[in-house]
Amino acid sequence: MKMHYGAPIIVGLVIFVGALCAPFVVGMAVTKTYKQPELKMPANEKECVESKEFMREKHMQLLNDWRDWALRDGKRIYTNHAGKEFTISLQNTCMKCHISKADFCDKCHTDAGVSPYCWDCHIQPEGLK
Amino acid sequence: MKNNRRSFIKLAGIAAAGLAIAPKAMAAAMGGSAPIKEDPKGITAKQWAMVIDTTRLNTAQGIEKLAKVCHSVHNVPFIEGKQEVKWLWPDIYEHSFTEQENPYLADAVKKRQYALLCNHCQNPPCVRVCPTKATYKRPDGIVDMDYHRCIGCRYCMAGCPYGSRSFNWGEPRDHLDLAALNKEYPTRMRGVVEKCNFCVERLAVGKLPACVEASNGAIHFGDLNDPNSEVRAVLRERFTIRRKPSAGTEPSVYYII
Repeated sequence: MKMHYGAPIIVGLVIFVGALCAPFVVGMAVTKTYKQPELKMPANEKECVESKEFMREKHMQLLNDWRDWALRDGKRIYTNHAGKEFTISLQNTCMKCHISKADFCDKCHTDAGVSPYCWDCHIQPEGLK
Repeated sequence: MKNNRRSFIKLAGIAAAGLAIAPKAMAAAMGGSAPIKEDPKGITAKQWAMVIDTTRLNTAQGIEKLAKVCHSVHNVPFIEGKQEVKWLWPDIYEHSFTEQENPYLADAVKKRQYALLCNHCQNPPCVRVCPTKATYKRPDGIVDMDYHRCIGCRYCMAGCPYGSRSFNWGEPRDHLDLAALNKEYPTRMRGVVEKCNFCVERLAVGKLPACVEASNGAIHFGDLNDPNSEVRAVLRERFTIRRKPSAGTEPSVYYII
């Protein structure tokens, strides 16, 4: 059977399917070359408020709870799963160990393309310029 | 059939009771509370209150000095003119006690400057009008703000009869000495309202408010609900007035005249 305008249609289809698949191909290439950001961990402290996995996945929920507990309930001591107590404060607890926002927070946030607005008000340990 | 209806109604009754109790029982079963507690160093009250002795603290200079302490502790920007941000400021009698004016006031009272700040009302209109609950009354009576939640609608500024609230029209950090910030306390951002917080962050670690500490005893601070507290003792002995009592807001800041 003879196909009308066969060649242009086939070429067009190939280009279309190619364009459709391009993001996946590029994505595969990027994934291969992707390196996890290297964070600067606190020098003197090995244990964070909770486990590494918990902090990695849920630090935002923790900070959210911490804010309400401290501000609204006036309860500023947090007891973690191991029974250790921490003062609820971003500037005075978290950032006393993580002494650099640029070397810690920003690394993953930039990588993940998120821009939390913590530092619009809170003062990073590096100070403001 | 009779028995069946009876048992059905019984069952329905039990189910209804269960529904009413279930949420609370669930909460209790799950531990009921978050892993938090108050700092034992902190000081608490039922209703914090302040008594300002205007026979001792009555000059603009003296009040500005306290304001400077307060503003540096809380990183309050210094802006002149209509966009000023203030937590504590001086003003004259006519502006401070508008309902208690008298054309022939005693000279001493008329000449004085009065230290004004958020009154931490027992019935705060700002809390009632806030659409996001960014401002709220804490169990210790302090009217505090959660700046994360403030959307800058300024209803609270319209609601407050004392002008105790300031709006950040611009980026407050542009008007702060960034090298001299108090790094223990945050700043604010553009588009939020701010005001005096009775130094909740200091009370939480057992310190008195910054202005009280710097006032050399001209400002008394304590629990209004405790008959043995310092403020109640002062209130028993001295004649005091409050700002705009007819607004029904029940201010917690008293002025010794």
